[in-house]
Amino acid sequence: MSLIKFQNISKHYHMGDQVVRALDGVDISIEANDYVAFVGTSGSGKSTMMNILGCLDHPTTGEYHLNGNNVEVMSANELAEIRNREIGFIFQSFNLLPRADALSNVMQPLIYRGIHLKERKVLAMDALSRVNLEDRVDHLPSQLSGGQRQRVAIARALVTKPSILLADEPTGNLDSKTTIEIMKLFNELHSEGHTVIVVTHEAEIAKHCHRLVEMKDGKIFNDSMQQKVGAS
Amino acid sequence: MWFALMESSRSALSSILAHGFRSFLTTLGIVIGVASVISVVSLTEGLSASIGQQIQSLGTNNLTVRSYTPLEDRMKGISARLSNDDLDLIESRVEGIASITPILFAHRASQVKSGSNTAFSQIFGTTYAYQDVEQLYAKKGRFIARSDSLTRRRVCVIGETVRTNLSLPEDPIGEYVEVAGEWFKIIGLLDSKGKMLGFDQDDLVILPYKTMQSLMGNQRRSDIQIQLTVADQAEMENVRERIRTLLRAEHGLKAGDADDFRIQTAEQLSETFNNIINTVTVVVGGIVSISLLVGGIGIMNIMLVSVTERTREIGICKAIGAKRHHILMQFLVEALLLSLIGGLIGLGLGYGLGALIAMSIPSFPPISIPLWAVVMALGFSGLVGIVFGILPAAKAANLDPIDALRYE
Repeated sequence: MSLIKFQNISKHYHMGDQVVRALDGVDISIEANDYVAFVGTSGSGKSTMMNILGCLDHPTTGEYHLNGNNVEVMSANELAEIRNREIGFIFQSFNLLPRADALSNVMQPLIYRGIHLKERKVLAMDALSRVNLEDRVDHLPSQLSGGQRQRVAIARALVTKPSILLADEPTGNLDSKTTIEIMKLFNELHSEGHTVIVVTHEAEIAKHCHRLVEMKDGKIFNDSMQQKVGAS
Repeated sequence: MWFALMESSRSALSSILAHGFRSFLTTLGIVIGVASVISVVSLTEGLSASIGQQIQSLGTNNLTVRSYTPLEDRMKGISARLSNDDLDLIESRVEGIASITPILFAHRASQVKSGSNTAFSQIFGTTYAYQDVEQLYAKKGRFIARSDSLTRRRVCVIGETVRTNLSLPEDPIGEYVEVAGEWFKIIGLLDSKGKMLGFDQDDLVILPYKTMQSLMGNQRRSDIQIQLTVADQAEMENVRERIRTLLRAEHGLKAGDADDFRIQTAEQLSETFNNIINTVTVVVGGIVSISLLVGGIGIMNIMLVSVTERTREIGICKAIGAKRHHILMQFLVEALLLSLIGGLIGLGLGYGLGALIAMSIPSFPPISIPLWAVVMALGFSGLVGIVFGILPAAKAANLDPIDALRYE
């Protein structure tokens, strides 16, 4: 059974009289421990893809099975639960809570699981040391560099031990040196057994992934396995 | 539930502290509302406690009979009165009276002179029985005696304040004072009773009853007050009813007519005061509830701003798994805490304010804050927080995660 199974997924937006087909009948399966890159130009539907994959949005038509569960019939609260347990988000703009320090940011998703403070601290410290930030736990996001912020965000995604790490342009706001650092981290996480999905428009980033899904006009244009490049 | 409350309180507190000054301004409405209710309640409660005590000390088996003229009649120039005949009637026809005395107040002549000193005082004539009725005794010299009244002797008993005001010696017995152009020899100095409701109970000059009558001249028009004590407190109502029946018959009142006199007990007096105080409390309560309402709207306003400001944060929280109730709770608890903190500050401030006012008014009794006022103040501010927090919190909880995440 596939971890992710899209069956004829479409997402339509109404802009005035026009219907925008952001996704137009997409079928795709992703297996556990895949390392997938969704690439495409802006408007190709990859962001919508990401939102639906991440259970932030409902498709207009089609069926989405995550871990064998039909996501499409779920309520807002059930989707929240899925996001909490199954998906670790990594955003381009990091999306850390500005008034909370690194540790609190990483602990945040655990609150929604009802885990008590002591245990939260232990789990969050583990996640932060996994991304080599154990010495920055009491720093606010504004006191951290871009690369460090993204690593906090990755720790936050890891802390819930999700089935999928879902990264949306994870290096879009980072310089090239930090980009390499972060991609190295993704490579490591993949080799540790995580399923990693990256949405990007940069070919450089996509090269790190094993499977390349190219999108255009809301459709999958090309889906191919590629030779692993770069060193991990 | 407890877990959710704890977590929400934690994040609410950090958010309140993050905008310290704004939070303070937001909750100021609640602070002012609660502070005003607490200060007023603490003052009125202190006052009512002390009035209660003082009225009880007047004696619970005292009755006062006085004439009563409705305002309408008074404007027509009619005035009811109690006469010596009424006194005689009560004295001879009502059973169960321990002691009874008439009191005749001076109309105009409230001036007392001694040498070059002049003082204004309450002057009235009464009989020897007054000391038993009022439990007021002479500490120096003696009280008015039966013979003083019968022979219309020109003597008087004065209170401590009068002695001081007229610069009379410590022992004024044998000195003379001038009242209404007549000279009176001081035969007694009364025990000091202190003040009640700011009214000096030691500022009085007592003359023999008949001396006072002769001083007033026209007896027909004089209106007396009758004070009496009942031998057995259980008989109070019977005595009262008997007096009422007698006086109604004597005054020729028909069945439908209202009494032209009032018979008051100490208890009634304290009830009257309590009624006044309760009315004040209700009125103030009404004003305060308006200010709490305004405070609540202030909180709602800032919470709505806060939700908009934190739209993106809400989006992040939703993306990492916050359910509707997590977000709802977070904002609701924040409004609640803001409100409760305001209530607590208001409580302290109101107490301080009440104490300050009580101290600055001479002879004002110490303030007291009843538990119900504390519970109500905090309960109401909490309620305001919840009622006015629910709308912003629901707005936050209902945000769409994608829209919220994209919000700039």
